Amino acid sequence: MDWQFLAFSLVKIIAAFAVVMTMVAYSVLVERKVSAFIQDRLGPNRTQPFFAKYIPGLGPLLTRWGVFQPIADGLKAFLKEDFTPAHVRKVYFWLAPAIAMVPSLLTVAVIPFGSMMGAQKMVIADLDVGILYTFGIVSLGVYGIVLAGYAANSKYPFLGGIRSTAQMISYEISMGLSVIPIFLLVGSLNLGDVVQHQTGGWFAWHIFRQPLGFFIFLIAAFAETNRLPFDLPEADQELVGGYHTEYSSIKFALFFMAEYAAMIAVSGMMVTLFFGGWTLPFLGLDQPAATLGMGLLHILVFLGKVCCFLLLIIWVRWMLPRFRYDQLMDLGWRRFIPLALLNIVVTAGVLALLASK
Amino acid sequence: MIVERKPLNLAERFYLPALGNGFRVTWKHFRKTLFHGRTAADETSGGYYPEVPWKVEPGYRGAPYLVRDQSGDTKCVSCQLCEFVCPPKAIRITPPGPGGPPADRANAEKMPREFEINMLRCIFCGLCQEVCPEEAIFLQKDYSLTGLTREEMVYNKERLLALGGHHTGIQKWKQKADEARAQESFPVPG
Amino acid sequence: MESILFLIFAAFALGCGLMTVANPFSRSPVASALFLVLTMVWLAGLFVLLHAYFIAAVQILVYAGAVMVLFLFVIMLLDLREEELRTWNRFGVAAGVFSVVALLGVTALTILRSVPAAGAAPQLEGSTHALGAMLFRQYLLPFEGVSIVLLVAMIGVILLSKRESK
Ligand code: SF4
Ligand code: SF4
Repeated sequence: MDWQFLAFSLVKIIAAFAVVMTMVAYSVLVERKVSAFIQDRLGPNRTQPFFAKYIPGLGPLLTRWGVFQPIADGLKAFLKEDFTPAHVRKVYFWLAPAIAMVPSLLTVAVIPFGSMMGAQKMVIADLDVGILYTFGIVSLGVYGIVLAGYAANSKYPFLGGIRSTAQMISYEISMGLSVIPIFLLVGSLNLGDVVQHQTGGWFAWHIFRQPLGFFIFLIAAFAETNRLPFDLPEADQELVGGYHTEYSSIKFALFFMAEYAAMIAVSGMMVTLFFGGWTLPFLGLDQPAATLGMGLLHILVFLGKVCCFLLLIIWVRWMLPRFRYDQLMDLGWRRFIPLALLNIVVTAGVLALLASK
Repeated sequence: MIVERKPLNLAERFYLPALGNGFRVTWKHFRKTLFHGRTAADETSGGYYPEVPWKVEPGYRGAPYLVRDQSGDTKCVSCQLCEFVCPPKAIRITPPGPGGPPADRANAEKMPREFEINMLRCIFCGLCQEVCPEEAIFLQKDYSLTGLTREEMVYNKERLLALGGHHTGIQKWKQKADEARAQESFPVPG
Repeated sequence: MESILFLIFAAFALGCGLMTVANPFSRSPVASALFLVLTMVWLAGLFVLLHAYFIAAVQILVYAGAVMVLFLFVIMLLDLREEELRTWNRFGVAAGVFSVVALLGVTALTILRSVPAAGAAPQLEGSTHALGAMLFRQYLLPFEGVSIVLLVAMIGVILLSKRESK
């Protein structure tokens, strides 16, 4: 264990954490803005710190875009009364928000968010079983919700928790099955190799080779992050918020942030698995960077792609109504799992044919 | 009316048309608001709330206040029905008790010594107005009550009466009688 | 470094295992299930120390992530009462003793048969290749046997639940 490795890892962890948290804060803002525009409103456009008035032009503009809103929201979340209802199971009640938050952050660790900066690979942990690790961690994410539902000790949160277990387990299966063809193609579980495999032209991207796998993954991702149209664990109208009904202040904010962090993690995975990670198939952008500038560019390319996916996920929330529970299960078990299995068999068959020639 | 449910075709069972139409509709509104700056608020009331105050329509249930009658006397007779009915227990009435101060008006036996509504508790449900036999309390048009402390949000009798104003048009039982008459011929002929 | 980590992981795995079956603070089955999850996670840590990353990941993915979630699901749905918790089922005790003895026996046999200090741990570093070859060539028969056992269990469950619903 040499110190250089430790130091660089620490820097990478802190940087990735900072970027993810900022993205969480601002994707909340984007969510509010996009929803407002879709619903013929303007969204947050008033919050401004006292000094913003005095910056000519820029200050009012930033205010109108709501740039200061996430800061105010965060501050509010910290300062609000942290109320613990008398009937909750205290230990779980305190544990659940943290458990909800951690998995999404851990997932980010194996996603290669850039190529090289100097001699450093731009990934926090270059695991050989990267994707398995992600799935393992993502599957732990359900505990936060289940525990929150159990801790609240009242009926709606409990129903939310129960719903989320069934939903997460169902869609984990189709999610896992949908990426197996990718690894048949790549021949490795390392996410860095997956990205390398997608270099050389647009059509090297796995979206063009595995469109079916991508769609299954995308929809399973919606279900795994509890986003509309699959937000049955929260279901504001039926379950008054589901598992986080009894939470307030910063504990609620943690659940909220966990949802967005999970969205970012899942977008990162989609970009890495299907959209070429940090590569772009022109200007030589698909080779590991030789200079610092190129390295930075790669990171920006990756973040740009992630943002596109975030926008998609946000947009869909304001577009589709919630699925009924039996429709959700039907879609997961009776449509996606058979389709994903078919996809695996076909891919394996084609690969075997190609190999035998 | 019974709507025939057509069996879904394959594309519909995978929700594909729903996706397409959803994107079309949401994009239309998104573009309209973002690029042309047209919002629903502009079109209906000409702007947003603090700049363009909201127009309170008749029948709105705002804050409940006590009213005085045409000769300026307190209408409330301290019967405490509203205190009893109030779901969040926002009302607290101190009755005058035996030998307490007499009512303002001659035709009433008593009036409350103190009458408090905690506006932080009140849910503007209107039950107090409904239950009051003297038509002494009404939900009026105030909808944005603010205060710096909790105590400030407990309105006492004086304040409630001042805010409530006079209701000269409302005379005891007259409205109820009108209502009853109106209900007799309820499904309005014609 | 590694031996220190081993000690830590092993101690926590054992501690959490103990808390699963004999928790002095609460008898709630949910607490037990959660401690079992923790045991799984620490076990995965032990696998990592053995360089068996694949098995570690699968341990978390399958046991902690899926099986235990189902356990929790069932426990929460059943909502066990205190009295039901305290009854001693003779059959259950017998089955428990039997399985513990059997497991101990198998482990003891393996340890006794192994040659002490026979080189480092097998290098399984994330090589799904090696693992796949092992499962589908060397240990094909046991592998298929296990899958049939699982299938039987599954069919049995479906049969039982169907009969009850009539
Ligand atoms: S409006 Fe409802 S809540 Fe408010 S004081 Fe009257 S009865 Fe109570
Ligand atoms: S306001 Fe009406 S209901 Fe309430 S105490 Fe006075 S008379 Fe009775």
